[in-house]
Amino acid sequence: MLSTSEYLIPGSLTHRAPMTANNLINTCLSFDNVTISYGEFEAVKNVFIDIPRHQVTAFIGPSGCGKSTVLRCLNRMNDLIPSFSLRGRVTFEGQDLYAPEVDPVEVRRRIGMVFQKPNPFPKSIYENIAFGARINGFRGDMDELVETSLTKAAVWDECKDKLNENGLSLSGGQQQRLCIARAIAIEPEVILMDEPCSALDPISTLKIEETTHELKKSFTIVIVTHNMQQAVRVSDRTAFFNAEAVEGSDGKVGYLVEYNTTEKIFNRPQQRATQQYVTGQFG
Amino acid sequence: MTITAPRLGATSLLYESSKPRNIVNRGLTAVAAMFSLIAVLPLILVLIYVLIKGGASIHPRIFFELPPPPGLSEPKGMGNAIIGTIAVTAIGALVSIPVGIGGGIYLAEMGRTTKFADAVRFGVNVLSGVPSIICGLFVYALVVNTRVIFGESFTAVAGGISLAVLMLPTIIKTTDEGMKLVPHELRLAAYGVGASRFVTITRVVLPAAIAPIATGVVLAIARAAGETAPLIFTCLFSPFWPDWERGLGLLAPVATMSVQIYNFGVMPFETQRELAWAASFVLVVLILGANLLARWLARFTAR
Amino acid sequence: MGAGSGPARFTLRQKTPSERLVDQGFVHLTRLLASMVGVVLALIFLTVLLQSLFQGNLSDIFDAEHGIWHGVHSAANEDTLGLLWGALPEFGLSFLSHTRWDPVRDIYGAFPSIYGTLLTSLMALAIAVPIGVGTAVFLTEDYLPEKIRTVIGFMVELLAAIPSVVLGLWAFFIMEPFLRQVLFLPAHHLLGWIPFFSAVPTGPNTASAVMILVVMVLPIITAISRDSLNQLPIELRQGAYAVGTTRWGTVMQILVPAAISGIVGGTMLALGRALGETMAVTMIIGNSTNFNVSWFSPGGTIASLLANQFGEAEGMQVSALYYAALVLIVMTFLVNVAAQWIVRRLSLRYE
Repeated sequence: MLSTSEYLIPGSLTHRAPMTANNLINTCLSFDNVTISYGEFEAVKNVFIDIPRHQVTAFIGPSGCGKSTVLRCLNRMNDLIPSFSLRGRVTFEGQDLYAPEVDPVEVRRRIGMVFQKPNPFPKSIYENIAFGARINGFRGDMDELVETSLTKAAVWDECKDKLNENGLSLSGGQQQRLCIARAIAIEPEVILMDEPCSALDPISTLKIEETTHELKKSFTIVIVTHNMQQAVRVSDRTAFFNAEAVEGSDGKVGYLVEYNTTEKIFNRPQQRATQQYVTGQFG
Repeated sequence: MTITAPRLGATSLLYESSKPRNIVNRGLTAVAAMFSLIAVLPLILVLIYVLIKGGASIHPRIFFELPPPPGLSEPKGMGNAIIGTIAVTAIGALVSIPVGIGGGIYLAEMGRTTKFADAVRFGVNVLSGVPSIICGLFVYALVVNTRVIFGESFTAVAGGISLAVLMLPTIIKTTDEGMKLVPHELRLAAYGVGASRFVTITRVVLPAAIAPIATGVVLAIARAAGETAPLIFTCLFSPFWPDWERGLGLLAPVATMSVQIYNFGVMPFETQRELAWAASFVLVVLILGANLLARWLARFTAR
Repeated sequence: MGAGSGPARFTLRQKTPSERLVDQGFVHLTRLLASMVGVVLALIFLTVLLQSLFQGNLSDIFDAEHGIWHGVHSAANEDTLGLLWGALPEFGLSFLSHTRWDPVRDIYGAFPSIYGTLLTSLMALAIAVPIGVGTAVFLTEDYLPEKIRTVIGFMVELLAAIPSVVLGLWAFFIMEPFLRQVLFLPAHHLLGWIPFFSAVPTGPNTASAVMILVVMVLPIITAISRDSLNQLPIELRQGAYAVGTTRWGTVMQILVPAAISGIVGGTMLALGRALGETMAVTMIIGNSTNFNVSWFSPGGTIASLLANQFGEAEGMQVSALYYAALVLIVMTFLVNVAAQWIVRRLSLRYE
């Protein structure tokens, strides 16, 4: 048991995870003192994370801690919310994603995303994959691309005979894997996954986790999950977020508690809150 | 397919305004903005003209005087048409509101999923698509030409009936939809304390759904007040005050503002044209008011 | 009072017969009121059908002494007392294709009016659909602050509430003279060699009727399209953005296709409205029963024919007008049924 004095103040610079020189070179995405607000209310404050290339990074934390909000900053999906604003720097391969001259469409072409709820387009399964590829100017063999993408997402066997059926006719788990296939078909450099298994049954979840393992050979993956076992199973590094009540209002503000290798977060956490969370004492 | 390792700087993240897709996007945005402008322009122009031209002719006396005979400029009023519009619309509302709300209650509460209810809903949609001039011709054949109303032909009552036919589908539909919005738990709660169906519906569900229903009724009445086609062959027109001895004027032809616009608008006499614009002014103000009232009522629903 | 006297304090523990009667009566009453819709529809159809089958008013048709019971005669033997056949049996289907409408000789063909009805409505839709859907998209995207969009949406709805006769008055005095100068006359000078633009626009004409119909159906298309677009889940847009689609790529390739059932349904509804629109069209179309190819010459629709001639019609002409009304009823009925069918058929796909 650590003594209280050893705990660091949440939100301060000092509890940034130590990065080795090797890690720094391999940094793909990075948050540099990022604070996200909706209107006047801060949702998440003072986030520092460096996400390494070709690894799976998990964001965990109790609901309302802003982990999804942080994830959505990475491909500017928060732009869809009118009152959204961001301070600090989010960089991708050294480029500030929120610089005024950046085109969010370009960002999203290189940083794909899978959402909490499966959201296939109301088109055929084939079109679901081909649509994004065509948008991105794909000039290869489309049939082959559809097949490899669906195979990588572990859903090819289930839908190879009904490629012309509506994507919505698949089951929930199949739809989600279709969405993963859609995301990898455009060959992004990063795939963001926002609680991809929260609406799925255990078997589908397992399949998606296997897929994730497979995918990290080719992609950098950031996954938000509220399932700690899942974080342990799939991720190399884990960031733990927590939320604290804001005085004088009924809102909560999220902050990063700890970011380290998954092994350390779950076995030797530096923060009491992390330890309490990973041992199931709150959340 | 080989997925290559990170293509550092493979493509720039920067916005390039000369890219075809960005040009297309800007072009389409401009087109959509222009279309929106075109969509609101007629309203603004109509309102401006009606308010300026009609407003210029608005004078207290138009509410108390009759229109002049063709060619003369005195007297200069449309009191008879205002009374007529109120009377005819009121008759339409009196007939259609009970029938419409009753029918709506049936659809929402009694036979929600029965075949009969589906047929009625289909009928409501068909009836709301019947052109208003057909309503006029129908009531003409059924009521005016057969003189079934106390031997009278063109009457305010006949006009009211044809307006009722037009209002009926709107009122049924809003009642049906308004009552469906009431949470089912509320009904269960009422049944749970042993309330009868009649009491549950009239004392619990109907009051809970009153705001959307009232909104629909207000809009239906406003719409009916401006209807012309069903009235030209049912209550005709009259340049005189209602004849009180013929059923308080309800069993006689009657002037309405909408028919006055149609009749006077294209006459070659300046005074008549002015009165047409004045009637337009009154109708438009009435309808603007009703729509604002409806929005205000709708805000109650939101709460 | 003690606890034991509980039942006595509630005198209505058992449902009274009168209460049950009220309940049952209420059910029957509402069912009766609901069935009024069917009764009215049937009456409208039957009345118009009877009036186009026979001449004379409804009480004459069923009169005990010389009504339908004593046989029906064609106009040739007028000396016999009794009922005369109306326009439907007299002209049959040729009524739909003949171009001559001649009350003096009692010869009626409604082709120009039917053609005018379809032409004005379809042209109005062709113009209003892109504008309406474009406006709907503009109002559902976040170009403008929410408040301004709400105001624009409200204004479009208000436009739908302006009485048709007021729009007609405005069109007659303001819109048509203006459009004649800036659009019709230049179009005539430039394209006068095309038959559609051949006539010199001088006053009320078919083209003006099309324009006022555009104004009238635009709010319907805009409102319904906007509602269908608003009902799409936000996830759909996020999904499209996540694969790097541009804003308009998302709109054109994902959102509009997903909302197509509502948009087509609204368009059909607008078509039904345009087919039957009466007052504004009557005031601006010029009311000619002759067939004119040119859009710049006076024309007519079934509704304007009815509004214009019914007041002074007699005998066979009344029956012919009811026959025209019957044609209009059938047309609007088919369009409305098609609209409902399309909405149901297409919306199942995108559930």
